[in-house]
Amino acid sequence: MDFEFTEEQRMLQEAIGKFLEKNYTFEMRREIVGSRVGYSPTVWEGMAELGLLGLPVSQDAGGFGGGGVETMIVMEALGRHLSVEPYLGSVVMAASCIATVGTPDQQSYLLPKIMDGSLRLACAFGEPGSRYDLDHVETTARQDGGFWVIDGAKSVVMHGAVADLLIVSARTSGATKDRDGISLFFVNPGEEGVGGREYPTYDGMRAAEITFENVQVSSDSLIGVADKALPVIELVADRAIAGLCAEAVGAMTALNAATLEYLKTRQQFGVPIGRFQALQHRMVDMLMHAEQARSMALLAAVRVDDKDTTERRRAVSAAKELIGRAGRVIGQEAIQLHGGMGMTDELAVGHYVKRLAAIDTAFGDSDHHLDRFVAAETTPDEPILAKPRSKWKKI
Amino acid sequence: MDLDYTPEEIAFRDEVRAFVQANLPHEVSRKVIEHKRLSKEDYLVWQKALHRKGWAAPHWPVEYGGCGWNSVQCHILEEESALAGAPRIIAFGLYMVGPVIYTFGTPWQKEHYLPKILSSEDWWCQGYSEPGSGSDLASLKTKAVRDGDHYIVNGQKTWTTLAQYADMMFCLVRTSSEGKKQEGISFLLIDMRSPGVEVRPIITLDGEHEVNEVWLQDVKVPVENLVGEEGRGWTYAKFLLSNERTGIAGVARSKRELAYLKAIAAKEVAGGKPLIENPRFRDKITRVEIDLMALEITVLRVLAADRQGKPLGPEASILKIKGTEIQQALTELEMEAVGPYALPHLPAQWSDHWLGERVGPEYAAPLAAQYFNYRKVSIYGGSNEIQRNIIAQQVLGL
Repeated sequence: MDFEFTEEQRMLQEAIGKFLEKNYTFEMRREIVGSRVGYSPTVWEGMAELGLLGLPVSQDAGGFGGGGVETMIVMEALGRHLSVEPYLGSVVMAASCIATVGTPDQQSYLLPKIMDGSLRLACAFGEPGSRYDLDHVETTARQDGGFWVIDGAKSVVMHGAVADLLIVSARTSGATKDRDGISLFFVNPGEEGVGGREYPTYDGMRAAEITFENVQVSSDSLIGVADKALPVIELVADRAIAGLCAEAVGAMTALNAATLEYLKTRQQFGVPIGRFQALQHRMVDMLMHAEQARSMALLAAVRVDDKDTTERRRAVSAAKELIGRAGRVIGQEAIQLHGGMGMTDELAVGHYVKRLAAIDTAFGDSDHHLDRFVAAETTPDEPILAKPRSKWKKI
Repeated sequence: MDLDYTPEEIAFRDEVRAFVQANLPHEVSRKVIEHKRLSKEDYLVWQKALHRKGWAAPHWPVEYGGCGWNSVQCHILEEESALAGAPRIIAFGLYMVGPVIYTFGTPWQKEHYLPKILSSEDWWCQGYSEPGSGSDLASLKTKAVRDGDHYIVNGQKTWTTLAQYADMMFCLVRTSSEGKKQEGISFLLIDMRSPGVEVRPIITLDGEHEVNEVWLQDVKVPVENLVGEEGRGWTYAKFLLSNERTGIAGVARSKRELAYLKAIAAKEVAGGKPLIENPRFRDKITRVEIDLMALEITVLRVLAADRQGKPLGPEASILKIKGTEIQQALTELEMEAVGPYALPHLPAQWSDHWLGERVGPEYAAPLAAQYFNYRKVSIYGGSNEIQRNIIAQQVLGL
């Protein structure tokens, strides 16, 4: 049992912390959110220089060789600073997906470009009818000569419009909800037949609805094994969820700190409002939620690399479920304790609250993960109920 | 970062597990798991087994007869005991007054009391609360007046858990009414067999006799039973609280209860299907299960900090609040699970010796009483509101 970071992890934490402190103040973020592309190319370059874009890539391939814990460290820092950069989709998901199941050619061609910041990717798994079910894939891909031809639509693709390359799930056999028959493809968004509509999301990010009409991609665009992509998609989504949990913890920590500061400085009735017990107890509950959330983010970060997929699923879903609930309580209470100021666009408070709400919705909300956790139930080794005694003497 | 035990810790856990299996009597663990009434002997048989092994006081220094174990080792013993259905250790001697005596007591007190605490020869109770002093403990009024070699003690203590079994009571008394109310308090060890000590049962809403009033009328307490200095009792009482352990969260016990709850919910039938398959009930169980998973990691984080020499401070209050909320939720769901068969009030059936015809499933009988009984956990040991005050002041600086 060990909760300490290694020397290397501590350095990573310090590096990202310092970098964001300087390059991602709340005012800078406001400008980035309002910019045309909706992220900061300068910050992205800086992250490349720090080696952060190669976090999940092995050291042999020139990356950082990080796992769940390293991702947690970076995502928590991004959460504290309310980052709107396409890090989750491009690095935590796409780069790790390529590093896990990409062919040697795909890896050697794409990973260096992702790491130097010249190539951004987005993962398009969701569809208009899929809600949170990763196995619900109506988009199809059929083989035609040396090509795959893709038809369908993907929804709420985070940073979809600024991606240079998409990773798209498509059905290559079977029916809409079959676990088998799903495959992953690289699709160039400039390809003929790809249509898209970008829009802002309420948390300051950008997303896109993307359509595919007779889109031809070459046979080497297939990622991993045809028909067998669902376990890969689930693994990549679990890595994203573990990362989002850490991001949420970063946001909760910042939100709690801001709220505590407000309680200590805002004066009413001649005293700081933090002197009132009704408010103190609510602040304590926020702290407890954040501590429990941190514990679950740790659990998810460690177990997301577990070879045992049931263990991984249980931990990740439990974490997402609890963090969804905790984020909602902390968000709502932070606004309430800030009073009218909590309602303004001016303060960071509302922006954190919106990001926490968006995280709850990403890759399945609390209810969805409650179901998924139950489905991964393990049976106890020994029955705990006593066997009923056979004969009763009547008195 | 590693959430699993080290190979040495696993070897240690296996040793503890084997000991528990070999020494915890089956009939005692069945009673604990099934929430049946425990006798004084049931508690003692387990504490004495631990004592024979030398494990009665895992956290005490070796020189006083403890094991000197680190916090992870103590945690492993607590966890293995609770999972197997061992009775809880009666904390008053081993966890509360023991450390006060070896830290602040006289050589005579250490020599005289510590061995009998270790061996469970003396059963201790705690004389803190009074009818007028609950959360505001320092307002206590029980008076001790020095008279030669003795203190003469007059007053009334209340909510005294299992005082009916007690040989000794550690007691906060007022020796001065000058200055701040905390400053006039002293820490006395009172022999429950002294003339003038009277124990009167308080029957709680579950119909059981667990707590008592202790009346003290002209009780003569020898001066050598004063711990530390006169007027410093509040400091010792605070030290006692600062010794709070992560066990306060009750994680292992709650894990056992969760397994028991699931087993009951699998047996009970609702709408033609096992209750556990009812989504509304299942969700309630699962939310508690996830809260418990989080609390377990929170406890391990605190343990890891403790191993590095950071003592458990006001964070213990977080463990107490979350731990008791989970305990209460589990007892509530256990009662809900058995539906109408929670209703029969047949206390005789909570005994293991009941051989008569039962009403309802055997596991159902004690669950309502247990639910009502467990409302106490958010009140005792500093109510959860007091715990929130502690966190607000000492962690948040409000």
